[in-house]
Amino acid sequence: MAILINRDSRIVVQGLGRSGLLHAQSCRDYGSAIVAGVTPGKGGSSVDGIPVFDTVAEAVCSEGATVSMIFVPPPAAADAILEAADAGIELAVCIAEGIPVRDMVQVKRALQEGTMRLIGPNCPGIITPGQCKVGIMPGAIHRPGSVGVVSRSGTLTYEVVQQLSDAGLGQSTCVGIGGDPIIGSGFIDMLQLFNEDPATESVFVIGEIGGSAEEEAAVWIQRHMRKPVAAFIAGVTAPPGKRMGHAGAIISGGKGLAGDKIAILKACGVQVATSPARMAEALLSALTP
Amino acid sequence: MNLHEYQSKEILRLYGVAVPQGGMAETPEQARQWMENLGRDVVLKAQIHAGGRGKAGGVRFATTPQQAEEEARSLLGSRIATPQTGAAGLPVHRLLVEETVAIDKEFYLSFTLDREAGCYCLVASAAGGVDIEETAAKTPERIWRRRIDPCLGLRPFQARRVALGLGLRGESCEEAVTLMGNLYRLFLDRDCSQLEINPLVITGNGQLLAMDVKINLDDNALFRHPQQQALFDESQLDPLEVQARRYDIAYIKMSGTIGCLVNGAGLAMATLDMLQACGGQPANFLDIGGGASREKIAEAFRILLQDQDVKGVFVNIFGGIMRCDLVAQGIVDVVGAACPWPIVVRMAGARVAEGKALLAAAGLKVTCADGLEEGASRMVALLCPPVVE
Repeated sequence: MAILINRDSRIVVQGLGRSGLLHAQSCRDYGSAIVAGVTPGKGGSSVDGIPVFDTVAEAVCSEGATVSMIFVPPPAAADAILEAADAGIELAVCIAEGIPVRDMVQVKRALQEGTMRLIGPNCPGIITPGQCKVGIMPGAIHRPGSVGVVSRSGTLTYEVVQQLSDAGLGQSTCVGIGGDPIIGSGFIDMLQLFNEDPATESVFVIGEIGGSAEEEAAVWIQRHMRKPVAAFIAGVTAPPGKRMGHAGAIISGGKGLAGDKIAILKACGVQVATSPARMAEALLSALTP
Repeated sequence: MNLHEYQSKEILRLYGVAVPQGGMAETPEQARQWMENLGRDVVLKAQIHAGGRGKAGGVRFATTPQQAEEEARSLLGSRIATPQTGAAGLPVHRLLVEETVAIDKEFYLSFTLDREAGCYCLVASAAGGVDIEETAAKTPERIWRRRIDPCLGLRPFQARRVALGLGLRGESCEEAVTLMGNLYRLFLDRDCSQLEINPLVITGNGQLLAMDVKINLDDNALFRHPQQQALFDESQLDPLEVQARRYDIAYIKMSGTIGCLVNGAGLAMATLDMLQACGGQPANFLDIGGGASREKIAEAFRILLQDQDVKGVFVNIFGGIMRCDLVAQGIVDVVGAACPWPIVVRMAGARVAEGKALLAAAGLKVTCADGLEEGASRMVALLCPPVVE
């Protein structure tokens, strides 16, 4: 068991261009079942053994794809997500960065009507170590195990994973939920899944400045989480009013401060790492009551 | 991307939203001309990308064309520092010259993103002319907030309830409903991330007028609005931030001495946190992004080298899509054999061994580190050698 993806996941890649193909190959090398690609206008061809279709619906019908990994560039990314939902995909992972907020507002509203789960956009994807990778993270740093990881960041997630692996703490599933102000799934969605997943025994949460998703997650953890949780919040030293790389990482109007997030997490019983170099340490102390 | 007030007001006019008469002046003569054309008292407002300019002397009044010209002469070319700008302030290259207006009542009105609900919302208050954060903190009951269903848009009944809540009645109320509808249309059409009118006023003649406007555009949507790219005013950013923007590098100038080059926004923020925890002060936030090329890395490094405040450079790369050898190559390209400052490179992940080998082969005086804390503390130690007693 794990959450979201496992060795049986059948993956279609939307946007099988140069970079999409590169990552699709890397996922396949990791063991993921990349069963199809979608590039409008290239239907009927194949790239490196991957059959290419014009539409997601054809990929679902012909290859039984249930998961979509989206590399479509920002101008067409929102449409790609909606197409995946329409074709009956169960889980879409949108890697693309730079989708206009207005597009995501519409997508978010449209997805309320259906059952497809969206991870991202602007995220590194998902990995269930030893089984399946749907994303752009370096597979080699991961170890199979029982720590669930959920993060708004990309490379900072690799940082915690490396620390966990070095400390002998393998991971059940690692999910990058994305750094945009509007994302398909949030911390609480993932915490719920980890809570119910028998393979997950503890969870590490990586948050950052901006919005109030970490605060809401903290309250949820206190009320519902049955497993130990540790966390790190990036941006303690970030200046207000500046967008720190991620479109969603901005302190505005005194809201979104790292200090406030850390205080609430601690008050809700979460072990918060004192520095980004001590994330695994924080989880270890969460595990030893 | 921020727009100036005069640019925002030009857009408002296109959407049928009333603003005071007047326009932009780049010279004292133009300011005088505006006043002569308007034939009445004017206000001259410095066009800078920061609030609080009134208290900082950035808003002047004139009752004669001669006075308008003089005030314009003293404002143009000056720098204005407000609590939002830092001590250096921002340069004034343009003024908005417009008629003064007799105000009966002031309101606050804005459209913005409600992150938690995943939709846009309308925010309004009868407490106009003051900072909305202040109202939110002191008298939250005076703020009206309506979420907008993206499928339905802002409905007239929603706008009417807000207008009534603000105390508007009769014709003024219906006028406000139309105004809110127009603003919402503008907000979507132009891909705004924020549109704030503060204050929205009722004039002595009972007309609704947008006195001050702040528009912020969604950078990610600029590809849809090539004409809006031209509205960008480089003078309002640090020159290094402008350079970074050109290469699509996320860069923010800070006040410390350690130049930082990192891949990924979260890791970049964490790197700043780590340096400060080790007693160092970062000179900048810099995220080179996911699949940066060798050229982009070199360009990022060049930006750090141009920063007068930088006394050392800390490179922190966790290779994923980004390969460590490419980063090393980029550094070698720029630095060559002579870098005036200590460089600490912390690399992990994809092709780290090749990266380190490249740095060594180039003969660069670089301190390598495997861990984040190790790298940060070495950087700090190199800048402030421990005092030997």
